[in-house]
Amino acid sequence: MAKVLVVTSGKGGVGKTTSTAALGAALAQMGEKVVVVDFDVGLRNLDLVLGAERRVVFDLINVVQGVAKLSQALIRDKRLENLWLLPASQTRDKDALTDEGVSGIIAELRTKFDWILCDSPAGIERGAMLAMRFADEAIIVANPEVSSVRDSDRIIGMLDSKTVRAEKGERVEKHLLIARYDTARASRGEMLNIEDILEILATPLLGIIPESQDVLRASNVGSPVTLNDANSAPARAYSDAARRLMGQIVPMMVPAERKGLMDRLLGRRAA
Amino acid sequence: MMNLPRLFTGRTASASAPVARERLQILLAHERGLRGQPDLLELLRAEILATVSRHVMLDPEKVVVRMDRGNHVSTLEIDIEVPMAAETSRDGAPVARFG
Repeated sequence: MAKVLVVTSGKGGVGKTTSTAALGAALAQMGEKVVVVDFDVGLRNLDLVLGAERRVVFDLINVVQGVAKLSQALIRDKRLENLWLLPASQTRDKDALTDEGVSGIIAELRTKFDWILCDSPAGIERGAMLAMRFADEAIIVANPEVSSVRDSDRIIGMLDSKTVRAEKGERVEKHLLIARYDTARASRGEMLNIEDILEILATPLLGIIPESQDVLRASNVGSPVTLNDANSAPARAYSDAARRLMGQIVPMMVPAERKGLMDRLLGRRAA
Repeated sequence: MMNLPRLFTGRTASASAPVARERLQILLAHERGLRGQPDLLELLRAEILATVSRHVMLDPEKVVVRMDRGNHVSTLEIDIEVPMAAETSRDGAPVARFG
């Protein structure tokens, strides 16, 4: 049965789009049929991170307004045949996205895919509300930083009250994905550590993505990090998280810095 | 003053994470408390507006209800601006001044 997952955070810039692309690709690599949906109307970026920016013809709003059929708007990834993108529109009219329109599209996507990953815009306004509205599960992306943790708490409250599931008295299963984690800084007490964040947010941990240049490198070339360099630390962390979403038991690894002796002596950071 | 625990744990003055953690715990406890009742103020505002409006003409925009929650004392602040022309009641009798 299809699962609708929202990738959300409240705060911007914490890694929602990167995570949506990486997890979507990782699930597709495991043979699942996946669509990633960009809800960031006006500021679409999922197409860019996936390297599909020049293939966008129709978008989410076109489908909502009946200008295009869903099949016309879906873009199939060139590298992974199981991965599809439904891009956001660049229109300024955010009100073009309606509750009924999104409901219809999600219902149709449910008949075609195993996983529907909704990339939420930042904030708590209409776009973010609609991205989470029809979700079965939620991934809350947080950084080890006070404003991100506070916004995550706010979003968790909204998931528990403003979603269709919550209104029916059911629950949206929530997963916490901690991104941009720097083990060394956390161990020096310069950064909130995993235990602190888990205790404060009281939400099960899906994965820990290390702060890494590999993430930027992958987005530079328009490839999900799990595809671009499957052996990199963030790629392995995302793949593990995807397997946990599939229900597999995968031991949680706190990403360690891979430092050679010379690097240590020279005080260089592992790239 | 020398910080002995820091000396022993090897932590430097940059160990600010415990401060972050404590600030968040206090803040979120406060915000979660408010979350269940975001409509309380709106309800109070509507009822106060209805009550006062029975006697004085009011601009609904000029009725502000605010609550400040402290650790020991919370205050409810009600700010109603009464237009000059409305300082007589609807039935013509003078009304007490606010403020």
